[in-house]
Amino acid sequence: MGRFRGGRVGGAAVAMLLLAGACGDKADEPGAATSDTGATTGAADTGDTIKVGVLHSLSGTMAISEVSVKDAELLAIEQINAAGGVLGKQLVPIVEDGASDWPTFAEKAEKLISVDKVATTFGGWTSASRKAMLPVFEKNKALLWYPVQYEGLEQSPYIFYTGATTNQQIIPGLEYLKAQGKTRVFLVGSDYVFPRTANKEIKAWAAANGMEILGEEYTPLGHTEYGTLVNKVKQADPDAVFNTLNGDSNVAFFKQFKDAGLTAADMPVLSVSVAEEEVRGIGPENVAGHLTSWNYYQTTSNAANTAFVKAYKDKYGQDRVTGDPIEAGYIAVYLWKAAVEKAGTTEVEAVRAASGGITFDAPEGLVTIDGETQHLFKTARIGKIEATGLITEVGGSGQPIKPDPYLKSYPWAAGLS
Amino acid sequence: MDIYVSQLFTGLSVGSILLLIALGLTFTFGQMGVINLAHGEFIMAGAYTAYVLGDHLTTQVSILVALPVAFVIAGAIGLVLERLLIRRLYSRPLDTLLVTWGVSLVLQQAARDIFGAPNVSVTSPSWLDGGLTVGSVTFPYSRLFILGLVVVAVGGIAFYQGRMSQGRRMRAVMQNRELAACSGIVTGRVDQLTFFIGSGLAGAAGVALTLLGPIGPSLGTAYVVDAFLVVVAGGVGQIRGAVIAAFALGILNAFVEYWTQASLAKVVVLVGVVAFLQVRPQGVVSLRTRTLA
Repeated sequence: MGRFRGGRVGGAAVAMLLLAGACGDKADEPGAATSDTGATTGAADTGDTIKVGVLHSLSGTMAISEVSVKDAELLAIEQINAAGGVLGKQLVPIVEDGASDWPTFAEKAEKLISVDKVATTFGGWTSASRKAMLPVFEKNKALLWYPVQYEGLEQSPYIFYTGATTNQQIIPGLEYLKAQGKTRVFLVGSDYVFPRTANKEIKAWAAANGMEILGEEYTPLGHTEYGTLVNKVKQADPDAVFNTLNGDSNVAFFKQFKDAGLTAADMPVLSVSVAEEEVRGIGPENVAGHLTSWNYYQTTSNAANTAFVKAYKDKYGQDRVTGDPIEAGYIAVYLWKAAVEKAGTTEVEAVRAASGGITFDAPEGLVTIDGETQHLFKTARIGKIEATGLITEVGGSGQPIKPDPYLKSYPWAAGLS
Repeated sequence: MDIYVSQLFTGLSVGSILLLIALGLTFTFGQMGVINLAHGEFIMAGAYTAYVLGDHLTTQVSILVALPVAFVIAGAIGLVLERLLIRRLYSRPLDTLLVTWGVSLVLQQAARDIFGAPNVSVTSPSWLDGGLTVGSVTFPYSRLFILGLVVVAVGGIAFYQGRMSQGRRMRAVMQNRELAACSGIVTGRVDQLTFFIGSGLAGAAGVALTLLGPIGPSLGTAYVVDAFLVVVAGGVGQIRGAVIAAFALGILNAFVEYWTQASLAKVVVLVGVVAFLQVRPQGVVSLRTRTLA
């Protein structure tokens, strides 16, 4: 009897320990300063520190992409602190894990704003995470800097979008395909708001520009079985595939696409969510020759990028790579700093008012904040993935494009928003 | 016509993947009633073994070497899990569920700490590139390899359980634990061996999956639910049942996905399994016994 009871208690204790250990692991991120120094209550910028939130998926299916963005933001914070901080105060990053779960993003955002009282937050990746966080930031009148390309049709007054909107990434991609003579296109995407909205926009553009959409297929996020979908693509026999898959699915899709005997020369796949980081996970041999549409590549040549890539590799390892969302996260921190310094305070409405027209010598070239839409002027660059795993520019707009999230300046998009 | 052949092959391939990941689970779940939610992490351990070996050996042989090595490593992790935790919780399936779920979280985070959060890539050997083209239908070699692997695995298990005394002891313990113990079988040792083999098979499955999909810390979560689905639908502990269920579900999934969409196919398969279990809760193949228990 005694032994039995002991066994039960022992089992429960072990289970508790394991759960506690598992939970404990997630919160402690190496390399991030936590808020146990300095003020625990009060406004974000009392004393000589300013707290900023960094909220990305550090676990789950999106971790493969988001951990690097978090790293870039922490690099920017470190560089800014070394150069004297913002308004003479040091930045203290508070890192939270969204765990690839959209309600968790909303919950952590609420925590960062209400409990940690951060001056601003840099975070999100999927549009689903951004849509979940949007009401939290609007309700609290706090700022979010969102560093990833997305489908547009949004313009929150409390979000700054440092990634591309539709007319800076998706439309240039379509224009490139048409210019190459690929007029019969198959659409493949993950089943959530970004690909669904993006494909609506693509179909509207295609109808107005003489491109035929042969098929539109969606798979759940995290899906890894692409046999049937590749068969469908093969059967439709398009000139090109427009790929809006996100996360792990891209790895499975490209491996199985190649296995089915489809080559980049015959049927190029243009992706908008595959950057250098994802190429490493897919394996360059599976994806070489295919196309991407972004605003920045590690190979983009200017002085700011050379310095950025070197700093990133020095801090995180020579085998790490930089890519568009990584760069967008990095410049978000610098753009916020510039807005705060122009406004003279971290107070949200002042920062918003001061932000319009701010320029920054970014690794992607010169960017300007469009105060009206809170997006950036960005140059579209079409890239081809090389066997080395890096992406080289093969086309694009050549100059910054004014952001138009609601596609108001495009007549074919009249029915969309 | 060609598309039906392609889809049938895809269905068989999906079925073979389901069977590969579920085979180990039929042992641990079937044998010992242990709901092992860490099964997906054993698959992940196998995949990472292939990644580590891929760094040190030439691509051409690394996958063949990785299969037995992953079997041993995943089996060893399973054995440690069994000895430390599960053997204390045999008669309490809900507690093992909680404990193994906790272990799966720990293993996932361990993988993230050791290998990093981003996915890693494993280059498949060149002799598995491309496919067998018959007319206008291509059968990818990687999928044929997995089908072959599954046939070998099932054959091996059938031989083990049919002809080898250790295997027969395993069947005895599974059919009637008390009677087996009375007959002089050390059930504790048989359980350890069963858990070792079950986890090892998961590891080997992980190596095979590197040919087709991503290798990352959350690899296991994508597959563990499907594994349980096959095991429960097939009849707990029955290899024949698992084979039938896996291929039936694979073909159903492939054709429904072809006619509709991937998300809908998943729903239809789940609903199908639930409906099937209403009619026949013991699964496709079940043990007919005269015991009252």
